[in-house]
Amino acid sequence: MTAVRSAALTAAGRPIAGSRRLSFSWVGLVPFFAYVGLFLFLPTVIIIVGSLTTKEGALTASNFTEIAQGYVVKAFVASITISAASAVVGAVAGALLAYAVAAGNPRGILRRTVTSGSGVLAQFGGVTLAFAFVATIGTTGFVYLFLKDRGIDIYANGVWIYDLAGLTLIYTYFQIPLMLIVFLPAVDGIRPQWREATESLGGGSWHYWRYVAGPLLAPSFLGCTLLLFANAFSAYATAAALITGGGVIIPLVISNLLTSETGRAQPGLAKALAIGMIVVVLLVMSLYTLPQRRTTRWLR
Amino acid sequence: MNRTRRLKLQAFRAVVFIVLGAFFLVPIAAMLEFSTRGREINERTLNAWGSIVRTPDLTDAITASLEIAAITCIAMLVLLLPTMVWVRLRFPGLNRVVEFICLLPLTVPAIALVVGMVPIYRWLSINLSSSILTLSFAYLILVLPYSYRSLDAGLAAIDLKTLSEAARSLGAGWFTVMWRVVVPNMSSALLNASLLVVALVLGEYTFANLLAYENLQVAIYYVSLVSAGTSIAVAVASLLFAFALLMILSFVGRPPSPIAKAEDADISVGQTVGLSGGLIGRSR
Repeated sequence: MTAVRSAALTAAGRPIAGSRRLSFSWVGLVPFFAYVGLFLFLPTVIIIVGSLTTKEGALTASNFTEIAQGYVVKAFVASITISAASAVVGAVAGALLAYAVAAGNPRGILRRTVTSGSGVLAQFGGVTLAFAFVATIGTTGFVYLFLKDRGIDIYANGVWIYDLAGLTLIYTYFQIPLMLIVFLPAVDGIRPQWREATESLGGGSWHYWRYVAGPLLAPSFLGCTLLLFANAFSAYATAAALITGGGVIIPLVISNLLTSETGRAQPGLAKALAIGMIVVVLLVMSLYTLPQRRTTRWLR
Repeated sequence: MNRTRRLKLQAFRAVVFIVLGAFFLVPIAAMLEFSTRGREINERTLNAWGSIVRTPDLTDAITASLEIAAITCIAMLVLLLPTMVWVRLRFPGLNRVVEFICLLPLTVPAIALVVGMVPIYRWLSINLSSSILTLSFAYLILVLPYSYRSLDAGLAAIDLKTLSEAARSLGAGWFTVMWRVVVPNMSSALLNASLLVVALVLGEYTFANLLAYENLQVAIYYVSLVSAGTSIAVAVASLLFAFALLMILSFVGRPPSPIAKAEDADISVGQTVGLSGGLIGRSR
């Protein structure tokens, strides 16, 4: 109805000049599309074209076959491992937090603090986050020294903070808040009446979680875990600040290939890897949207 | 709910809040502790904080980052807001296209996008300018999704068509419509979008580092190689500044993007989550 009314208004507003003015109104869109074309689509085209050509400009598939090199494959495996590990840890801890928050007063100060804080912490990353952990459990870090004074040496088997294990731990710092943000709406959708219904039918806690709440939350939980995976998979700055030198994970390999000063820069391979990353993220994100639909009907 | 179960639930909540609270607060406290360390054990000093202003690299980078944030913010408002208004009024059919384009940067990891930007910036620095302020071009792409979401929420809350027709029928030009009708009516959305831009730009590392510009985060990294205390002091300062901005944001009206949308169970979670997913990828 609104559309009809506004269409009528428009028609009444400029009866004659309308058609002529309309023919020039596309000019208003030029700045936006020109800018997006230059700084979003052109880079994409550069990546695609560059991944398919050699440095001299000849067509080739060698950039993609070079992905099969040992160190690249190793970095891909490492990237996927830490993304998966931090996603699972973050998802479980974040889900527990979401449940603890949802069980409280919906308008309480605690809930408001946790959700606002999570919104902030989910964006926290990069150099600052890496330093926060170095100051905490680095070899001169506060917590490390505190524990060591009490006879607990967390690095008894070697310093792991600059390693994949350390990176996984640090990633959970932004994964847990993100999980809270995306998973809390699903937990809020669970109604206390369903628990009462389970009990009136003679079911206990186990039955409730196994047959009612669990199946309802599972798709959303899986989806959110996939999102967390994509999130960790794309992360670069934290790892770059923490790990110097070797390309341990794919984003670091890409940056090494781009900036290498010893003449070993391989822009073609960097572009092929960039495409690899985009494909993985797109794949994970589309998997993510699938399971959501099943439960939205109930979780309103 | 019976008594024992309520007790168990409360105990569970207490444990979760204490353990995770410690996990999130201890690293920040540890940074403060580290940045106030003196030469002697148990000596406390603010030397590291004082040396922030005595490090020209840092002050330059802070100035540059603030300038980039301001430019990106203004450019975002000047480019995006009129386009969104124009599309809603004249090209409603293009609305989905613009939305799709604006959300697109979320699915491309920053590290992948920067690979395609390197040649463009090489060209820019030869033919136009090699100033660090040109980073604003790239940052505008990074902030598009968040700005779009904030402005979209603001525009949805006003009856744009009626307002602009009314102003036009009273003889207002399009500039007057934008400046005196649309802008005053969505001030909180504009504030949201702007604060988010500032927070994102101040925390950005990936683009600056790979395009070889020394913005705040890159400078923090370089300073850390010389003086850990100073770099951690700046890191804490920038972090607290961003926290303050984002906290203001979450108390001024509804927070934009992920949270605001996620609270409506009906909204396609794909979009929301896509959004927050990108949110993260950008700043790290």
